[in-house]
Amino acid sequence: MVLVLLVCLPFLGSLAAIMLLRTDSRVLAARMAGAVTFLCLVLTAAVYPAVRSGGKLRLDIEWLPQFGLNFTLRMDGFAWLFAMLIAGIGCLVVLYARYYMSEEDPVPRFFSFLLAFMGSMLGIVLSGNIILLSVFWELTSIFSFLLISYWHNNATARDGARMALTITGIGGFCLLAGLLVLGHIVGSYDLDVVLGAGDQIKAHPLYLTALVLILIGALTKSAQVPFHFWLPNAMAAPTPVSAYLHSATMVKAGVFLLVRFWPALSGTYEWFMLVGIAGTCTLLLGAYFAMFQQDLKGLLAYSTISHLGLITTLLSLGSPLAAVAAIFHMMNHATFKASLFMAAGIIDHETGTRDMRRLSGLYRYLPITGTLAMVASAAMAGVPLLNGFISKEMFFAEAVETHADSMLDRMLPYIATLAGAFSVVYSLRFIHTVFFGPAPLDLPKPKPHEPPHWMRFPVEFLVLACLVVGIIPGLSIGPFLHSAVLSVLGDRTPEYSLAIWHGINTPLIMSMIALAGGVLLYILLKDYLARCDDGPPLFRHLAGQRIFERVLVTVSWKWARWMESRFGTRNLQPQLRLIAAAGLLAGVVPLYMAGFTPAPVAFSGVDPIFAAIWCIGAFCALAAAYQAKYHRLAALVLLGGAGITTCITFVWLSAPDLAITQLVVEIVTTVLLLLGLRWLPKRYEKVDNSVTLAARGRRFRDFLLAVSCGFGMFLLSYAIMKQPVPDAIASYFLEKAYTEGGGRNVVNVILVDFRGFDTMGEIVVLAIVALTVFALLRRFRPAADSIEKPEQQRIQAAYDDERPERSAGDTVRDYLLVPSVIMQWMFPVIVTFAIYLFMRGHDLPGGGFAGGVTMAIAFLLQYLAGGVRWAEDRLRILPLRWMGFGLLVAPLTGMGAWLFGYPFLTSHSQYLDVPFIGKVPMASALMFDLGVFSLVVGATVLILIALAHQSIRTHRVRNLDAPKAEEA
Amino acid sequence: MELVLAIGIGIMTGSGVWLLLRPRTYQVIIGLSLLSYAVNLFIFAVGGVKSNAAPLLGEGVDTSTLTDPVPHALVLTAIVIGFATTALFLVVLLAARGLTGTDHVDGREQPK
Repeated sequence: MVLVLLVCLPFLGSLAAIMLLRTDSRVLAARMAGAVTFLCLVLTAAVYPAVRSGGKLRLDIEWLPQFGLNFTLRMDGFAWLFAMLIAGIGCLVVLYARYYMSEEDPVPRFFSFLLAFMGSMLGIVLSGNIILLSVFWELTSIFSFLLISYWHNNATARDGARMALTITGIGGFCLLAGLLVLGHIVGSYDLDVVLGAGDQIKAHPLYLTALVLILIGALTKSAQVPFHFWLPNAMAAPTPVSAYLHSATMVKAGVFLLVRFWPALSGTYEWFMLVGIAGTCTLLLGAYFAMFQQDLKGLLAYSTISHLGLITTLLSLGSPLAAVAAIFHMMNHATFKASLFMAAGIIDHETGTRDMRRLSGLYRYLPITGTLAMVASAAMAGVPLLNGFISKEMFFAEAVETHADSMLDRMLPYIATLAGAFSVVYSLRFIHTVFFGPAPLDLPKPKPHEPPHWMRFPVEFLVLACLVVGIIPGLSIGPFLHSAVLSVLGDRTPEYSLAIWHGINTPLIMSMIALAGGVLLYILLKDYLARCDDGPPLFRHLAGQRIFERVLVTVSWKWARWMESRFGTRNLQPQLRLIAAAGLLAGVVPLYMAGFTPAPVAFSGVDPIFAAIWCIGAFCALAAAYQAKYHRLAALVLLGGAGITTCITFVWLSAPDLAITQLVVEIVTTVLLLLGLRWLPKRYEKVDNSVTLAARGRRFRDFLLAVSCGFGMFLLSYAIMKQPVPDAIASYFLEKAYTEGGGRNVVNVILVDFRGFDTMGEIVVLAIVALTVFALLRRFRPAADSIEKPEQQRIQAAYDDERPERSAGDTVRDYLLVPSVIMQWMFPVIVTFAIYLFMRGHDLPGGGFAGGVTMAIAFLLQYLAGGVRWAEDRLRILPLRWMGFGLLVAPLTGMGAWLFGYPFLTSHSQYLDVPFIGKVPMASALMFDLGVFSLVVGATVLILIALAHQSIRTHRVRNLDAPKAEEA
Repeated sequence: MELVLAIGIGIMTGSGVWLLLRPRTYQVIIGLSLLSYAVNLFIFAVGGVKSNAAPLLGEGVDTSTLTDPVPHALVLTAIVIGFATTALFLVVLLAARGLTGTDHVDGREQPK
């Protein structure tokens, strides 16, 4: 329970902090964050008895047990120590940030991210399931990204954040892959099981794969060479973030992971080489780079890299004593480095710069901060009586020991001493440059002074911890360290003693050499360092950062562009060609694989009339294809011919419903396209018919593709029709249509009853399309050459003008007078027919769709007969109301079934005796069909009249052109 | 019967695909219409082709002799939706022509 609280509290706090974003109070968010972190600290401290001497707390919540994924939290001594570190330093950082963050910054956002980060970090530490661990791992990357980019107006911050996210994100991905492999090897994702299966893992052929992937995860997070460069760039973050994430906690997650899996993975030659090379390189290069930094935080960042390298090196050795030293050094490093970052932050805050070339002699202004920084730096350099000394001593002792006989092992003592000397140099430089020497001259903030006491308090506290641990290690950290070590190493826990004085031995001599050498080196380099550019000599131009950026640009820009130019196209035709070809292949390949043989062609039983009709149909289709380019009207007529053939086929082959629908839809489609023709470009008088060879080739290719598709469809449909029809669900519908649906027209019963929900979806689609058409046409701008009146109307108008006895518009009105009168008279007839079609739909061919379109035709004919203006003057159709009514009635009918305790769209049927008409079937499905009817009427009419209306609109383009013409 | 229908479907498909690959929007819209006839007929044909066996339940009709009503229901809605998409496409092509001044499918004439 405590564990869940520990993980959840920070996230809850984070949410609460976001809520405070709108308040003006600066301190409220800080106080809340402080309370949360302090509570976490107290809770963690309170559970110590449970984890002392090898005990552990565990909590299982089932998540996806069938995949072995559970929300398992566990806390052992090591996790406890880390949780204390996270909560403790978190507490101090919140206190520090309270004073550090300025008035203008959105402080609640900062604390929200910080708390969420703390929750993720606690999650990593307390995860008892390795997949869960990886989830929290990713979360830390994300919150680190958000925290680094907190000052998002700053380009450096954005770039640094993106780089950190890219690197740690890649690492996190590898880690997840590695953990999955690990889980596969062990057969469980439970951390305890994995840790117990060390021998099994190391003997498995996939061991190296898992190891490399997990190491990439750990090394990227802990900024080890060659992935180290993100950390210095992450220094664009606010200093509390640097102190918390980039020295004390997040970068420690990598080494935490190495320790966590130390029992399961370490001790092999591969482990030693991989971890060892990365560790020693990082240790040495980090320290070397740190010496030549001009930015205070840059120095500290590289020094952090170097110290993490030291921990990694220790872990590579595979000896239990080295592991003890590693755990110990993690704690020590966190204390002194966090305090140094905070001190650097104070200096930055007070002077306005972090450039060591501009800082000097600050001791006279900041005596207390200076003293504290000096002690912390001494701890970093490994000066006796401080905590850094003890763990460094242990490191030296381990470096001297032989672990695996190799070149690397023999070199290690020298590397260690050299790195120690470097660390003395940069620690000394930090102190000497900043605090001693002449008073600074050109500070951005000229009068630095000591910060508020509570801002300095975290530094004081941490420095005190350095001293206490350094002087009386056994009494202070000893017992806690022991339970941590015990929980990692178990029965392999070695005898070790945390003492300052072990007598004069090799490690002490190495320490002395490093100290003396470091001081000497600093004196030699001092003048150079004061002037040199940022960055170490020799390596200044070989920055990992630049390589990273180059790679990023190549992958995300050059390659992407190349792919796009190579494989992308902005032309529609190649895309459609690809789709058609893919469709052809998708049909041909499976059939070929399955050994498809075309059915033998039999000419017997061909009805000559049917064949004749289809001769016309096929001719229409081919001619439409041929004429569609230059003779649009002809193509439209031919298309109608093909449609009528389809319609007759439906009649012929027992599908009366389809035939009716096809017929009425054919009519509206033709009218629709006719309305559209007016806005298409006119045929050019002279057509350049010269065809290039390439175009000829393209046409031939398209022709071939079309013929193949057609032939394929012929073979396929012929083969299918020759097959006996399998007894699928047809018989179910045929048998149940009357008994359960109460209708004799099975197709209609399927539409409004059995598959009523589908139909509802379809009418919604229809409504959406109609509205889209309507919306598109509201802002319709025709092309300039289509704006003037069509030729026919112009001739008619000219005819009126010539004759004084005719007024303008007479000819247009009288044109086709007889047909238009007939059409007007047809109106009630067609409306009645539509209602008839709709009413009988449940038992005989007809129904909502066919009736609806017929009704729309009735309206449409009035437009055709009298012209748009005439019809709009006399008919107010309000198609949107029809659609709304339909959309309401259909679902409401369905919901009506709920009142009687049946599922949605259950229908009820009975017969009703209507006077004059007789018995009428009244199924509730009829109401549903009424909805369909109404919606189809509305949608169809809306589309058609919206398009028809365009011809009487005065278009904006003309209005814009008119004043121009006047000016000219 | 089957042969004629199959040839018809094949010719409509071929004409439709050919028009689909042409550069003018009007050609594409006619092509899509032809293609939808072909596809509707194909789906319809999957349920078997029989004359005089409409799925209407009269008195004393043996249901096993009737045609499969399921493809009919599918095609019926497909016809209506086909009209809607044709309308949408038509309006889009008109708007595109208004904006770009050309009826080429790419919104600009192809360089020769």
